[in-house]
Amino acid sequence: MKSYIARRLLQLIPVLLGMSIVVFAIIHAIPGDPATVILGDQATPETVADLKAEMGLDQPITTQYASYVKDIVTGDLGTSLKTKKPIKEEIIPYLMATVELMIISMVIAIIIGVNAGILAAWRRASWFDYSAMLIALIGVSIPVFWLGLMEQWIFAEKFGWLPSTGRMNAREPIEAITGLLLLDTTIQGNWTGFVDAFKHLILPGIALGTIPMAIIARITRSSMLEVLNADYVRTARAKGLSELKILYKHSLKNAFAPVLTIIGMLVGLLLGGAVLTETIFGWPGIGRYIYDAIGSRDYPVIQSGILLVSTIFVFVNLFVDLLYARLDPRIKYR
Amino acid sequence: MKPLLTVSGLKTHFFTDEGVVRSVDGVSFIVSEGETIGIVGESGSGKSVTALSIMNLLPYKKGKIVEGDIMFQDQSLVGLKPKEMRAIRGNDIAMIFQEPMTSLNPGYTIGDQISEAIRLHKKVRRKEARKRSVDLLTEVGIPNAERMVDEYPHKLSGGMRQRVMIAMALACDPKLLIADEPTTALDVTIQAQILELIQKLKNDSNTSILMITHDLAVVSEVCDRVIVMYAGRVVEEASVKEIFESPSHPYTKGLIDSIPSIDVEVEWLKTIKGNVPIPSQMPTGCKFSPRCQYAMERCTKEEPELTRFESGQKSRCFLAKEVKDETTIIRSQELEVALSD
Repeated sequence: MKSYIARRLLQLIPVLLGMSIVVFAIIHAIPGDPATVILGDQATPETVADLKAEMGLDQPITTQYASYVKDIVTGDLGTSLKTKKPIKEEIIPYLMATVELMIISMVIAIIIGVNAGILAAWRRASWFDYSAMLIALIGVSIPVFWLGLMEQWIFAEKFGWLPSTGRMNAREPIEAITGLLLLDTTIQGNWTGFVDAFKHLILPGIALGTIPMAIIARITRSSMLEVLNADYVRTARAKGLSELKILYKHSLKNAFAPVLTIIGMLVGLLLGGAVLTETIFGWPGIGRYIYDAIGSRDYPVIQSGILLVSTIFVFVNLFVDLLYARLDPRIKYR
Repeated sequence: MKPLLTVSGLKTHFFTDEGVVRSVDGVSFIVSEGETIGIVGESGSGKSVTALSIMNLLPYKKGKIVEGDIMFQDQSLVGLKPKEMRAIRGNDIAMIFQEPMTSLNPGYTIGDQISEAIRLHKKVRRKEARKRSVDLLTEVGIPNAERMVDEYPHKLSGGMRQRVMIAMALACDPKLLIADEPTTALDVTIQAQILELIQKLKNDSNTSILMITHDLAVVSEVCDRVIVMYAGRVVEEASVKEIFESPSHPYTKGLIDSIPSIDVEVEWLKTIKGNVPIPSQMPTGCKFSPRCQYAMERCTKEEPELTRFESGQKSRCFLAKEVKDETTIIRSQELEVALSD
């Protein structure tokens, strides 16, 4: 087990190295450069060249890459060209905002998706099955931006039940400790703050969680369908177990591996791919942070941001792989 | 002997896209206390569906008991509420299946799975249930039961898994054990061991056994009485002795004739020509008539009733008596030949 984890962590090195090269190459291939963006198109070529030299952008591209890698290895994520602040500090609140949103979305997606999938498989070809799968189909095909706008229009605009943007009420700011506001307000015992933060999470959480929910429901259903036909499910029935126990104890455990795989991948998707949701709901998350950095050609921020997200992605999937062994005792890691 | 299970006029039909399949079409029999009954028949004869009907484990929405009754002790099992049926399943009536390799849940230890059955029906503590599991495993001949109880099924061989299945079925001292082809998927030597175990169980307890099989050797080994099924009907019922010595239905005779003998050298093994009819093309009259060597014109028009001989032997054939007489003579001749050798 330990050697397996160690090996997986070692595998991380070539993955991240490869990724950094690709990202580095792509962003330098985009036309435009940070100096021009900062100084504007009225600036003289000399001033632009001076600023470029100051930023180290006049160096050959290989040298730039080497110095970037050297920084990363020593744990230095670099400095933002735009704000001149260390990225390591700047990025944390953004990351935490995304993580909190991602967790809420995944909790919604998993609870509803898994249960809908189980029920649909259990009562296959029933009206519930058909309607759940129809909703799931709509769920995967619905554009996130449209869903987000509709939510805002209905729940924020028309009824005014929920706030449409931001993470908290600006008049009563919540003091951040971890950056996960629900956790922070719980630690501080700030009940109104908790409710406020939670209300802000609902709409973007649903918008971001809809596609994962639909995917999870479909995967759970197909995986459960297979398991429900298994001989050991018949054995469980012959024992006299209740349907609830048969579904959730005897079947789900064996049907969950593919669902878990998808959950792992969706977590990665939500971490990096929440840009649309974050933009619509004014959510100060890492997707928007990187997106803004692309606009201002803030190379270090783009690179470090993507690197960070992908590292988390790899770790989540490592964790998922380790969980397989808990689901299926036949799996042993060596 | 007191009847434990009385199946009367059972009709279980399957509703498929291709139409109604009459898997079990008017089956009646009685299992008395402490008795071991064999149900014999080819694939598709309805024997497994009969078992599933008793357990009320027919596939949801597809299979349904449309007529008849199943009385267990003094209670009708047909139309029982799911909760009431669950209290009987695994408790009073237990079942073991054909596929030991896949019948245990790979995700839980065998101890967990046996304890689960015990704790479901009896109010005992976890520790006691575990102890009882170990005892049961020892009883069914699992070596190192104390250690094996914490193993997962994939560590066990097919024969061992079938022993675990039997231990699980015995967990609550059932009054009736339904064994659906318990030895079919096993190696011959393991088959013998499992049969021996069932034999031992039969001797040690008063559990009635309903043994479903296509293997007449299994029947001769453990059963007291035999029911022969064909195309969803009982075609013959008799004691094991009568079935082998004087079968009175051409189908039973065919089954027995197709058992290869080691005494007689033959070029071809005897078979019953043709196949079990497919549900959509059920012959009129006697369902066996297209394959029957005795078939007369009457057989294709009328279906014979199950007629009873004085000895209690029953046969669904117009020529039951003639067949019985003929087989009796043949058997006695064979016996003479065997003795004179």
